[in-house]
Amino acid sequence: MAVKMHILVCGGTGCSASASHEVVTELNKELVAHDLTDFAKVVVTGCFGFCERGPIVKIIPDNTFYTRVQPSDAKEIIEEHIIKGRKVQRLLYVAPDTNESVSDSKHMEFYKKQLRIALRNCGFIDPENIEESIARDGYAALGKCLTEMTPAQVIDEIKKSGLRGRGGAGFPTGLKWEIASKSRVGEQKYVVCNADEGDPGAFMDRSLLEGDPHSILEAMAICGYCIGANKGLIYIRAEYPLAIHRLQVAIKQAEEYGLLGKDILGTGFDFEIELRYGAGAFVCGEETALIHSMEGKRGEPTFKPPFPAQSGYLEKPTNVNNVETYANIPVIINKGADWFSSIGTEKSKGTKVFALAGKINNVGLIEVPMGITLREIIYEIGGGIKGGKKFKAVQTGGPSGGCLTEKHLDTPIDYDSLVAAGSMMGSGGMIVMDEDDCMVAIAKFYLGFTVDESCGKCTPCRVGNKRLHEILTKITDGKGTMQDLEELKNLSAVIKDTALCGLGQTSPNPVLSTITNFWDEYVEHVTEKKCRAGQCKALKKYYIDPEKCKGCTACARACPVGAITGTLKNPHVIDQDKCIKCGTCYEKCRFGAISIK
Amino acid sequence: MNKIKNLAELRKVKEGMQSRMSMREKADSSEAIIQIKVGMATSGIASGAKETMNYLITELDKRNIKALVMQVGDMGYSYAEPTVEVTIPGKDPVVFGEVKIPRAQEIIEKYIIGGELIEGILPANYRSI
Repeated sequence: MAVKMHILVCGGTGCSASASHEVVTELNKELVAHDLTDFAKVVVTGCFGFCERGPIVKIIPDNTFYTRVQPSDAKEIIEEHIIKGRKVQRLLYVAPDTNESVSDSKHMEFYKKQLRIALRNCGFIDPENIEESIARDGYAALGKCLTEMTPAQVIDEIKKSGLRGRGGAGFPTGLKWEIASKSRVGEQKYVVCNADEGDPGAFMDRSLLEGDPHSILEAMAICGYCIGANKGLIYIRAEYPLAIHRLQVAIKQAEEYGLLGKDILGTGFDFEIELRYGAGAFVCGEETALIHSMEGKRGEPTFKPPFPAQSGYLEKPTNVNNVETYANIPVIINKGADWFSSIGTEKSKGTKVFALAGKINNVGLIEVPMGITLREIIYEIGGGIKGGKKFKAVQTGGPSGGCLTEKHLDTPIDYDSLVAAGSMMGSGGMIVMDEDDCMVAIAKFYLGFTVDESCGKCTPCRVGNKRLHEILTKITDGKGTMQDLEELKNLSAVIKDTALCGLGQTSPNPVLSTITNFWDEYVEHVTEKKCRAGQCKALKKYYIDPEKCKGCTACARACPVGAITGTLKNPHVIDQDKCIKCGTCYEKCRFGAISIK
Repeated sequence: MNKIKNLAELRKVKEGMQSRMSMREKADSSEAIIQIKVGMATSGIASGAKETMNYLITELDKRNIKALVMQVGDMGYSYAEPTVEVTIPGKDPVVFGEVKIPRAQEIIEKYIIGGELIEGILPANYRSI
């Protein structure tokens, strides 16, 4: 007899910690006892992402979703549900808003937490087959715009939708297009797609281009129609070979099908798209630097105004948008501005794609409606912190952003709330940190990145960030003073006010936000010379436990600076002034007598 | 392929594809064949999705099982790459995580042939438009 029912038990970290494996054992025992092993089978699954209410048990095919299942519940589940077909009411998930139990997991609010708009085709269609894209409404929005709408109407629709730039700053997209359309009418104009995704830990744009390149091409053509451009350029970093390959295939197919090129869909509208490869400089994500790089010049930003809409690529009016922004355009045209603006918060509409990384169980690519809280992202979608450790902070916005802490866990996420909390949306990298991460070291990491990536054109960024990095290094080396902390604040404020481009102006953000949110950790580093996360190597202290030390002299012989003294068969001592904290003695000791404090 | 000359022709292409796509969306037609999607974004390929896909294609062929194996973009489960989604006609799609060759073999033998779920499947946690 074939297996008719499956009992899925969550085997994720969260549920395992609350003894889901014992539930599995009990369920199996009951199945054997009732001679049901041919009829039903217990399967351990990956994380359901609903760790707050673990252990989770789901019955297939009826999708019954049981929460907080204890080993003692196994008997009842088997006898009631599997044998008699009656659901165990007390274990069903109770919806918090209606207070009613939900029996079918498909109706649970939780599974609506993620809504895929930009990623609608990602992981669903073959990205190298244009017909699959067409079947999912690909190029239908372009057709609609070209045949049924005027450019002004399209711009109006985008404006009404409330779509804001997904590259980070959140400038209203419709307004940007309107400015570009009114700028120097009749001249050659350009549509540019910014695919220079440079934030550490971010991979949203790459995944979009790899999974659904046609949506981007279509949206760029729509933009061209709106602003009066017939040429599009995608600036993509050469480190993304697969995304480049998929884009090349997509452009070729679209041209073969007459959806790019001359006289698209018989409407007389021409549009062609070319790729431009970047060498991977972070500053080239800034639009003026990006344009210079495309022109073959040095990737350096210039002062705005003039904005690209007035004078951009080859000094012609240019509209620059990010990949994810474009991915939203066809949906807005097809489903209407009203539908789009019904999702999200008052000032931030639609969804946002985040690359979830760091100390979190379900590392991955997620798309959530604006207004979701960090708690929902981390503990429900992300499946909680790795190894059951304590949550400390989330870094959003990459090197331009800041850290959000426990007190921000229930803040609805949108452009404005993140800025108010001292961070920013950024392009969507979200790095989760736990109690083992030192916030001073994190700030130092991001500053190190900025120092490497600074183009060097303006002094505040080139010199100022270098000094910030030096002060941070001093603190993590245990040589910082309270004066240094004041210096950090002052210098950050100066850089913010005086740097030339958006990247320079936001580069002190990692320092400022960690100072604001983790002031006592900075003070601890300076006054007590202590790093509570144990990350700052120089602040570690090595001690020999005289009880455990056998006096074998292994450590003393290994110490490169002769900081360890003692005689054979007598406990040794480390001279803290001489010790360089290299850790060699710790590795050499065979008796576990050396401890780190 | 001839060029698509107007909107009506674009709709025709869409309709032509519709039957194939709706089968994928609903998977309720009994004649439909098994569909296997392999997540082939950079992260998937880096963790061995190409080998998995090649194995699935040759192995299904060897066993004479009719199935459509195709590459798709990132499904979002970066912590469990390579990911493979299997849709058996009439059933909900099931996502398998960390599918290297031994696991792919298990999927064919236990899930596709035997109809049994295997350990470590990934529950879907999003909806799409």
